[in-house]
Amino acid sequence: MRNAFSEELTSLAVKDQRIVLLSGDIGNRLFDNFKSECPDRFFNCGVAEANMTGMAAGMALCDLRPVTYTIAAFNTVRCLEQIRIDVCYHNLPVIIVGVGGGLSYASLNATHHSLEDIAFLRMLPNMTVICPGDAWEVRAALHAALNHDGPVYIRMGKKNEPLIHSALPDFTIGKGIIVQRGTDICLIGTGNMLPTAIQAADELEKRGISVQVVSLHTVKPLDKKLLTEAFAKFSLVATIEEHSISGGLGGSIAEWLVEQPHLKARFHRFGTSDSFMYNAGKQDYAQKYFGLTPEQIVEKITELQQNSTQINRKSLQT
Amino acid sequence: MLQYKNHEEKLRVAGTMNYTVSEMESIARKIRGKIVEMSHQSATPHVGSSLSCVDILVAAYWGFLKIDPQNPTHPNRDRLILSKGHAAAALYISLEQRGFFPAEYLATYAKDGGNLPEHPSPGCAPGVEVASGSLGHGLPLGLGMTLAGRIQDNCYRVYVVMSDGECNEGSVWEAAMLAPAHKLENLSAIVDFNRWQATGRSEEVTSLSSIRDKFEAFGWSSYDVDGHDIKSLIDVLENVPDGTGKPVAIIAHTIKGKGISFMEDDNNWHYRIPTHEEVIMAKKELELI
Repeated sequence: MRNAFSEELTSLAVKDQRIVLLSGDIGNRLFDNFKSECPDRFFNCGVAEANMTGMAAGMALCDLRPVTYTIAAFNTVRCLEQIRIDVCYHNLPVIIVGVGGGLSYASLNATHHSLEDIAFLRMLPNMTVICPGDAWEVRAALHAALNHDGPVYIRMGKKNEPLIHSALPDFTIGKGIIVQRGTDICLIGTGNMLPTAIQAADELEKRGISVQVVSLHTVKPLDKKLLTEAFAKFSLVATIEEHSISGGLGGSIAEWLVEQPHLKARFHRFGTSDSFMYNAGKQDYAQKYFGLTPEQIVEKITELQQNSTQINRKSLQT
Repeated sequence: MLQYKNHEEKLRVAGTMNYTVSEMESIARKIRGKIVEMSHQSATPHVGSSLSCVDILVAAYWGFLKIDPQNPTHPNRDRLILSKGHAAAALYISLEQRGFFPAEYLATYAKDGGNLPEHPSPGCAPGVEVASGSLGHGLPLGLGMTLAGRIQDNCYRVYVVMSDGECNEGSVWEAAMLAPAHKLENLSAIVDFNRWQATGRSEEVTSLSSIRDKFEAFGWSSYDVDGHDIKSLIDVLENVPDGTGKPVAIIAHTIKGKGISFMEDDNNWHYRIPTHEEVIMAKKELELI
């Protein structure tokens, strides 16, 4: 995703003189083209995210369109106060880009895991939270964010994620994309878990369950229309995210759901539990640790489906 | 030194008028009187902190800032950021006195539903550049504004007024490290160095007595100035950039509660609200009644 981001931002910045890129001492070579095309609009702000965020706000107050870029955990929670006050309170068009969202940097230990960032940022008034599902969605999200008149957080994976789309998708902030149509259950993936949702769906299809897959790239604002339809139509709706089940996409939908009139679907959240991972391990190990592999998701959904079938039979008998 | 296109032409944005020092001193006394009065009327604290930076604000708005109260969002205006947002009363009164908005607007200060909170909110009044209150935000914001000026080929100056207690915040020093690397000579930090923070002597809480050395070590050009001597303040700040190619730190030596004998250097006035009798006493001392 990060290469797509760099490429797209560079081509946009060549055309739009307001775009400024601020990097938190990361992206070695990644921004070489940006630097050579727009040398006066790239700033390595060093390892100082609070200052970088404040600087971006100062630039936005002077009608520039700054983009801050560093590792997701550092570009969000580390400088949350600056995002809250400098960016959100002033409602400025600053784009905060986190690379390595979720467990992308699993092997670097929990200091580099970003499993609470969605929760913190979606709490902030004026903030929009976007988690693109593949490199095409990154490009589309960047276009949308630059046309949005307010703060945007773009939470990316790392690199070499599988492509889900084959071209720039029809992308609107706050509107989910139906990636695959189905009739029994609905899997809602966000960010780099979209491919996992699709893999799980493929396996469930083999087991005779028809699965709709949605890329809910925008966690805030929620696509309430899409959700209302999904909860009315399917027997199960499940969210899949590399983020804590508290406060992320699943948490956000749970908050919304509790105030809805009774809807048909049962709801399940796949995400990380209320714990740090202390062991060494790469991303696939970490996903397994938190129950986020396609196989684990398939098993859990199969179990949930069987339970609900049994419950339905019981209610028929009584 | 960096060169800006049309430097001189671009500087001529403002309706800057020539005030004599004694006129400015008289304006400062008037602002002090209003600070005490407004604190009493609205039962809001931070009188000492507000009185401490009055002469800095007068030197700025009546002296060295290139601003136009009739055109407060001119893209090439100088920017003053009051990063010590708890001195909002001093800022609001200064802006009102300088003609940015009428007295009726000032009367909404700290009132329920009013426009002017006890710390400045975004866009709360013409002339207020940023919201402040939480400390340590102004210098990074000012740094961003200064870089924006360079990118857009504007030559305005940015002045960030901070308290000494505020310099406890790490974000101040993050910005202090970056600004000299970009030779941001149009950026100035003015530290209202009254040697008090909310609950103690600032040099006892953290090692702040060497604050000038700290800025120097970070690559800033620095000056010690009597923060109540309007002429000295203007003399130094009119010479920014100072030809060194560095951002400029002014350590303005001040007295908390300045101008009112029973408040001077008494940190109780960080939070205390003056009584009606104390307002009268203060105004007499200031020769306002």
